[in-house]
Amino acid sequence: MDTLVDIVLLAFLAVSAIAILRLRDLFAMAMMFGLFSLISAGLFTTMDAPDVAFTEAAVGAGISTILILATLAQTARREQSPARRRVLVPLAVVWITGAVLIYGTADLPGVGDPAAPAHNHVAPHYLQESSREIGIPNVVASVLASYRGFDTLGEVVVVFAAVVGVVALIGLRRRPPGVVEGPAALSEHDVLKVIAKLVVPTILLFALYVQFHGEYSPGGGFQAGVIFAAAIILYALVFGLDAARGVIPPKLLNVMPATGALIYGGVGLVTMLLGGNYLEYDRLAADPQAGQHLGILLVEIGVGVTVSSVMLLIYFSFAERGRGKLRDDGEAGP
Amino acid sequence: MSFLAHFNYYVAIILAMIGFYTMISRTNLVKKVAGLNIFQVSVFILFISLGVLDGGTVPILTETHTLYSNPLPHVLILTAIVVGVATTAVALALAVRIREAYGTVEEEQIQAKDDQP
Amino acid sequence: MSALLIDLLSWVLIVVGGAFGVIGGIGLLRLPDFFSRIHAASLTESMCAPCIIAGLMLQSGMTLVTVKLVFLVIFLFLTSPTAAHVLAKAAIHGGLDPGALRDADAERRG
Repeated sequence: MDTLVDIVLLAFLAVSAIAILRLRDLFAMAMMFGLFSLISAGLFTTMDAPDVAFTEAAVGAGISTILILATLAQTARREQSPARRRVLVPLAVVWITGAVLIYGTADLPGVGDPAAPAHNHVAPHYLQESSREIGIPNVVASVLASYRGFDTLGEVVVVFAAVVGVVALIGLRRRPPGVVEGPAALSEHDVLKVIAKLVVPTILLFALYVQFHGEYSPGGGFQAGVIFAAAIILYALVFGLDAARGVIPPKLLNVMPATGALIYGGVGLVTMLLGGNYLEYDRLAADPQAGQHLGILLVEIGVGVTVSSVMLLIYFSFAERGRGKLRDDGEAGP
Repeated sequence: MSFLAHFNYYVAIILAMIGFYTMISRTNLVKKVAGLNIFQVSVFILFISLGVLDGGTVPILTETHTLYSNPLPHVLILTAIVVGVATTAVALALAVRIREAYGTVEEEQIQAKDDQP
Repeated sequence: MSALLIDLLSWVLIVVGGAFGVIGGIGLLRLPDFFSRIHAASLTESMCAPCIIAGLMLQSGMTLVTVKLVFLVIFLFLTSPTAAHVLAKAAIHGGLDPGALRDADAERRG
């Protein structure tokens, strides 16, 4: 039964991937892209990975789709087919690579095989020792924030580097001359305004719940940051970019990505000052387990602050850049 | 039997090849970014399939279960997803700038503009 | 006995929800006009998902899971019809004429 669900979901994934490949209308492709991410999130859930499914649904079906739509609003809406469509060489390359890869999977263990090497070295240690050494039920959170804390620090810095890159490319431009500040595009949709006003506080509350309950259920800093950003983005879409930029003061928003990374790195420095190694949370409190709890809480807060502010800054950069570019016929202007 | 045991891997490879083909055969830059994302998701599926355990459950410790799926691939893929969206954001920002500089996001027209003296 | 009844009821609800989903999907593909297709799609969000969630609520009994499912249904009822409404409004704003099919039909009949 499990296998049947897996097979159906994987078939749908393949079909939507082929649809993304063949659709010429790029707005339709963006919608299929959101659908692809959502189906993959469902697949991750059936494969016992709710944390991953959560992140993929929020990030792929949320942020990535919004960014693709924001880009399409400033570039072309339809894909133009080239003068001379070259299919032979790419097709040959793809077939050969696929054949070699499938030949390579012959030696992989079967899915779910208990004797596979993946289940027999470090993973049993994490599963058995986590309750004694760290004491939080969500093993993924304890591995992410404590056992593999360096990787997560690197990830926070990568996210920070991304926002630096995006802002350097398209951000922080003063409004170009001639763009009047009109009402938001959706401001005459009364139903949408009422529902948005009901829904945005709920989403923010849910983001806080996911952030702090991430030690007991699927969740954590990344998912919470993305959901928080999604709430503000919804507000920006319905009530206008300027209203949304006023929610968090720009001076604070520009500083928040670095602050989150600083919190994360700072916890490591504090543990070193207290006599331990970098990011050795045991030193943060008298009882090692309480120290681990405190350390995980702090670094997850750092991650949440960075991720939410980064997603917001990236969205604001894209939206601000696209202002005044859309002509009346829907095509992007000069 | 072995086909069913390896079914996840085969589909992951097929998805990877679809994403790869989208990246190398289509000329629109935004389409290439979408192909890159398809490729990334296929790699995630491969990794998570490696972490599934028969009879195991979600790796959240409870009293009622003893067998859990491997949490380490979940952690690695969580990082990979966030890095993937960071890459996508920078790539799309580049596409916007290219559009402003060249007036188009079709690779062939950009190449033609560059080849002009 | 009552456990069997609850099981049966939840099965019926889930199957009926699935059937509504299939009907909505067929409508989405076969109906001629954009606005009738939105109607078919909104059938999925207002009958298919709540029926399945109601079946799941019966399966999980009086636990925290049921409370979360109730929140889920409330959220779904708030947001999905709004999305359909905004879609229809955006289509009219974009120039799609809701009466086009009816006018074409009347013209065909003479």
